[in-house]
Amino acid sequence: MKKDNRTSYLFLLPYLSMFMLFIIVPVVMAIVLSFTNFNTIEMPDFVGFLNYINLLTQDEIFMQYVLPNTVLFALIVGPGGYVLSFVLAWSLAQLTAIPRTILALIFYSPSMTQGVAMAVVWKVIFSGNQSGYVNSLLMQIGFINEPLIWLQDTRFILLIMIVVALWSSMGVGFLAMLAGVLNVDETLYEAAAIDGIKNRFQELIYITIPSMKPQMLFGAVMAIVGTFSTGAIGVELTGSNPTPSYAGQLMVNHIEDYGFIRFEMGYAAALSVVLLLIIYLFSYVSKKLFSES
Amino acid sequence: MAFKSSGVNPKRFHRSQLKFYVFLIPFAIFMLLPIVFIFNHAFKPLDELYAFPPRFFVIKPTVENFENLFDLANTSGIPLSRYIFNSLLVTGAVVFLSVFISTLAGYVLSKKQFRGKNAIFEINNAALMFVPIAVMIPRYLTVSILGIEDTYFAHIFPLIAMPVGLFLIKQFIDQIPDTLIEAAVIDGASNFKIYWKIILPLIRPAVATAAILAFQLVWNDLETSTLFTTSENMRTLAFYMSTLAIETNVVVGQGMAAVAALIMFVPNLLLFIILQSKVMNTMSHSGLK
Repeated sequence: MKKDNRTSYLFLLPYLSMFMLFIIVPVVMAIVLSFTNFNTIEMPDFVGFLNYINLLTQDEIFMQYVLPNTVLFALIVGPGGYVLSFVLAWSLAQLTAIPRTILALIFYSPSMTQGVAMAVVWKVIFSGNQSGYVNSLLMQIGFINEPLIWLQDTRFILLIMIVVALWSSMGVGFLAMLAGVLNVDETLYEAAAIDGIKNRFQELIYITIPSMKPQMLFGAVMAIVGTFSTGAIGVELTGSNPTPSYAGQLMVNHIEDYGFIRFEMGYAAALSVVLLLIIYLFSYVSKKLFSES
Repeated sequence: MAFKSSGVNPKRFHRSQLKFYVFLIPFAIFMLLPIVFIFNHAFKPLDELYAFPPRFFVIKPTVENFENLFDLANTSGIPLSRYIFNSLLVTGAVVFLSVFISTLAGYVLSKKQFRGKNAIFEINNAALMFVPIAVMIPRYLTVSILGIEDTYFAHIFPLIAMPVGLFLIKQFIDQIPDTLIEAAVIDGASNFKIYWKIILPLIRPAVATAAILAFQLVWNDLETSTLFTTSENMRTLAFYMSTLAIETNVVVGQGMAAVAALIMFVPNLLLFIILQSKVMNTMSHSGLK
């Protein structure tokens, strides 16, 4: 038995060491650095909560643009993308296998383009002159009279980011929920019909969702990760960090701005910690909603 | 009369399914538009890229844009083949190593009893919500402290521990009956032999899924090229393609950018189409409690 234990740890070792090095250590390091002043050249010196105090009291850009943008973006793209994924997954489950597979592939494929390569295409579509596709279309139907510079216009940047992020939000979570709906025990539906369930909607509320809670939670966590990972999209679309008048500035961009442009690593680390806390908060809420215990 | 649902996962077409098609199909077309657009834009000759009003579909397809992209890379000093080589090497290594270490760990987390097992799995579950770019600075510092900056290791190591991969694999191994393993133990099989001969062949769907997720992550990844490398010839295709974004103001650049997007997207798509039934099989065990 002793020897068996040793092999267990041995099998775990490669994964755990990489996990420690590149996931745990960076998180711990972010927390530690957030209490220091660090410019990457001199040794970091301890400053206590100064970074956090500055964040709350001095950083006008953070309070005025970055935080509201992030919260708005996350609230629409996170729950919005999640509900959309679920509705699509549930509807697809009502279809026969072949059309379901084809449609699922179509909905899933945008999430494969997550990479920046796609930002290039959005730039062409939202191009600011009259031969841009969106401009040309809107001008033809008479909605606007002259071309709008979509990606530099502070009124539209965040909106476009949200649309693009929603477009690519049907990822792994969507597939998990589709599999979840398909795997609900059919006898449950039969029993429910006898018990007086009247329509598909009641079925959905009383049978489907309760029996696939674990998948719902997995989908929620994936939606949260997806939302915050696409946070850099504003800089890619507008081509500059900071984005024009900070209109599309999210936490991730703000961290990059302070960390790699101004080299205020301590302050950037404090921003990272705040971002991790926001992500944790979202996950906590979804756990409360879907956890079985 | 009690409600008789035509049911989830129907075997045959029924009129009641029509209402789903009514909104699913238009929505699918809308979702598909940008992707159809890349395919068309990539093959447009110069005069169609310039066309006013702009046209969505290509009329006279050409491979000009592909040639331009290759030429551009060559004139910038580093041939496109170098970026492709880097990407293939890094992607191959990450996919292989990530699947290998996740299956090893998944096997013991699922089938063995030892101290700290539940804690490790719980921590991994918490790490499902890990967003690498949130801690890009400490990750950068870790890489530079390890001294692997600007090497292939800097592309590979930061990405191979994938909590999602381990999670899906472990859940999948959970449904392999213990008796199968006990029988092998009685026959005198070593742990590694059990892993290699019994577990791996039975969890192919989960392996395929973890592999495809790893592939998508690495293939599209910019973090390692932007932050962990300094010399141009160590960078990946994804990074090079993203630099083309700067040139999209030029009309010629648009065509090349579309080609770039196409080159990045197609391998993902093909891989997913080939493996989709395995992915769906794995996803039915993806519940998070």
